[in-house]
Amino acid sequence: MMKVTSWGRLGSLEHEVCFLSDRTGVPAQVRAPPGGQAPGVCYGMGRSYGDVCLNPGGLLWNTAGLNRFIGFDADTGVLTCEAGVLLRDIQRLFIPRGFMVPVNPGTQIITVGGAIANDVHGKNHHRHGSFGDHVLRIRLARTDGSVADCGPDLLPELFAATVGGIGLTGVIIEADIRLRRVAGPWLDTELIAFENLGEFFRLSDASEAGFEHTVSWIDCVSWGGGRGIFMRGNPAVAGAGAGRALPRAGWFAVPFVPPVSLINGLSLRLFNMLYYGMKKRTTGPSLSHYEPFFCPLDNVLEWNRIYGPRGFFQYQSVIAREHGLEATQAMLGEIARSGNGSFLAVLKTFGDRQGPGMMSFPRPGVTLALDFPNKGASTQRLFERLDAIVREANGRLYLAKDARMSRDLLESGYPRLAEFLKHRDPGISSAMSRRLMGG
Amino acid sequence: MRKRIIIIGATSAMAERCARLWLAEGPADFVLVGRDLAKTERVAMDLRVRDPKAGIRALAADFRDPAGIRALADCLWSQGAPDLVLIAHGLLPDQQACQIDLSSCEEALLVNGVSPALFAEAFAGHMERTGGGTLVLIGSIAGDRGRKTNYVYGAGKGLLTRYAQGLQHRLAATGVAVVLILPGPTDTPMTAHLKGQGGLGMADVDAVARAIVAGVAKKLPVCYVPGKWAVIMMVIRHLPRFIFNKLNI
Repeated sequence: MMKVTSWGRLGSLEHEVCFLSDRTGVPAQVRAPPGGQAPGVCYGMGRSYGDVCLNPGGLLWNTAGLNRFIGFDADTGVLTCEAGVLLRDIQRLFIPRGFMVPVNPGTQIITVGGAIANDVHGKNHHRHGSFGDHVLRIRLARTDGSVADCGPDLLPELFAATVGGIGLTGVIIEADIRLRRVAGPWLDTELIAFENLGEFFRLSDASEAGFEHTVSWIDCVSWGGGRGIFMRGNPAVAGAGAGRALPRAGWFAVPFVPPVSLINGLSLRLFNMLYYGMKKRTTGPSLSHYEPFFCPLDNVLEWNRIYGPRGFFQYQSVIAREHGLEATQAMLGEIARSGNGSFLAVLKTFGDRQGPGMMSFPRPGVTLALDFPNKGASTQRLFERLDAIVREANGRLYLAKDARMSRDLLESGYPRLAEFLKHRDPGISSAMSRRLMGG
Repeated sequence: MRKRIIIIGATSAMAERCARLWLAEGPADFVLVGRDLAKTERVAMDLRVRDPKAGIRALAADFRDPAGIRALADCLWSQGAPDLVLIAHGLLPDQQACQIDLSSCEEALLVNGVSPALFAEAFAGHMERTGGGTLVLIGSIAGDRGRKTNYVYGAGKGLLTRYAQGLQHRLAATGVAVVLILPGPTDTPMTAHLKGQGGLGMADVDAVARAIVAGVAKKLPVCYVPGKWAVIMMVIRHLPRFIFNKLNI
């Protein structure tokens, strides 16, 4: 048994860990023993925040050893790789060759299997959809010992259940992903300060047509919240950034878990004020490397430690566009009233498209992601108030971030749940599936 | 200049990570030798994606057949003198099982000690004649002093320490470099079943591979990875027996 935690560090629980490293051996390794069932679930880099990748007291299939590339077709840009390959490794290898992962979430230190199972999205959702939109084939090992290949045109239902299916339909062994052509690692980016949410929505509407990437940081502490920094960007032309120094990789690590969370009312206020002030002074166009633009926190290794021994929650919702302004305002109001600020508050509008998976998080609307230190009951009470707003606005919460939502919020937020459950592998179960799906 | 690199035991996680790093450093062609052709071919496929221009061949060999080892080394050598030969194979046996079952014990001694030494010997003769190249052996800190918890493995790996010393002595006047890598416990599939058992923790295999590649570039005669093990093992080697025998290590 080994203690395993997820990114939110809410608990460190004992698991029986099985390390997968040979792709042809995976079906035999995940096959349920005859008679008794020992359900397990996959664990990649542990970057999801809640309990989607955990199975306390049970089995975890660690996929980090499935890290081999299998093939690449430079004419079509289709990459075949094992499920444990990191997005970062794909980017670093392929960007110099003119290709990149089409969808970049806020961290690159995640596996391809995890990106599919959580159907991750990035700052370019309005243009390129979510990760699953670029997956052409998934090879899945089921715990009955079978292996299934699925894709948009091959067992499309199993494919739609697997994309965003939080690992519950089988163990992803390998996948084909279509990479995108890019000229280089640089982006033409622009920062614009905004004073309130109305301005944010106007900026979003004005930017989606002309900019591939849009995202905003909002200050949800000072002056009632709503001011922030709007970031937008496009891939730079070939030759841009020539001679520029590349960003340093992993230059700082949080060396230990502080005894209490370093995120408190005072530090939040200070950080938000300084960050806004600093960014406001640097607004305007500039050239950014993709790594700090897409994944600003990847350089601070183990940043999740700053929340101290009790860990933290991330709360990410998406709500329909027509409710966007009032609901976001209401959520920021609740947060301000509760005195729980969020260190990282990220706001982004999604494009007008449904996700490729039955349980995909992205849907048309606006998504707000917030981090909260775990302060026990007061944090839970805040979440319940936020849940009410999300439910009212026909919204949903992101499973990759969740550790606490209620079953009825899952049901109201994910209308294809019943359809999805039919494709579950009975030998797979996680703390999240038991909490939300009854098994 | 394209490098020519031969890796014996190419499916070892450490060897595989080293191969990726060498490939990223500059143009190189590889011959990968493993016990299982399909597994070795999977490592080769990965490297081919990483550098489509690299020439990468996967071969299977019987690691316990002296005549086969000689023939393989001769054959590979005849295709061009390599710049680097990495001998990386090994297996981590269950110490208790080795004490009970002598054929497990024999296998562990052969695969960890005798077989890599025979490969080293087969290549060393060619290297001595051409007067160049780097021969890298993966030993282990377990070979520094026999301990009750894994002396069968340690004895096999310890044989490589002696063998590397002898080769270094023999080839000192030539341009051949013999590098002995001594890794501490490393997070690889070989040690997966030991994880979570506490102790000093395991090093990340990527970090270990980077240290190996750096040590090989500097042609260090002995290279502990991570470096802290040089100090720890010096202490352990010099502990008086009356203290050492009381330790449960």
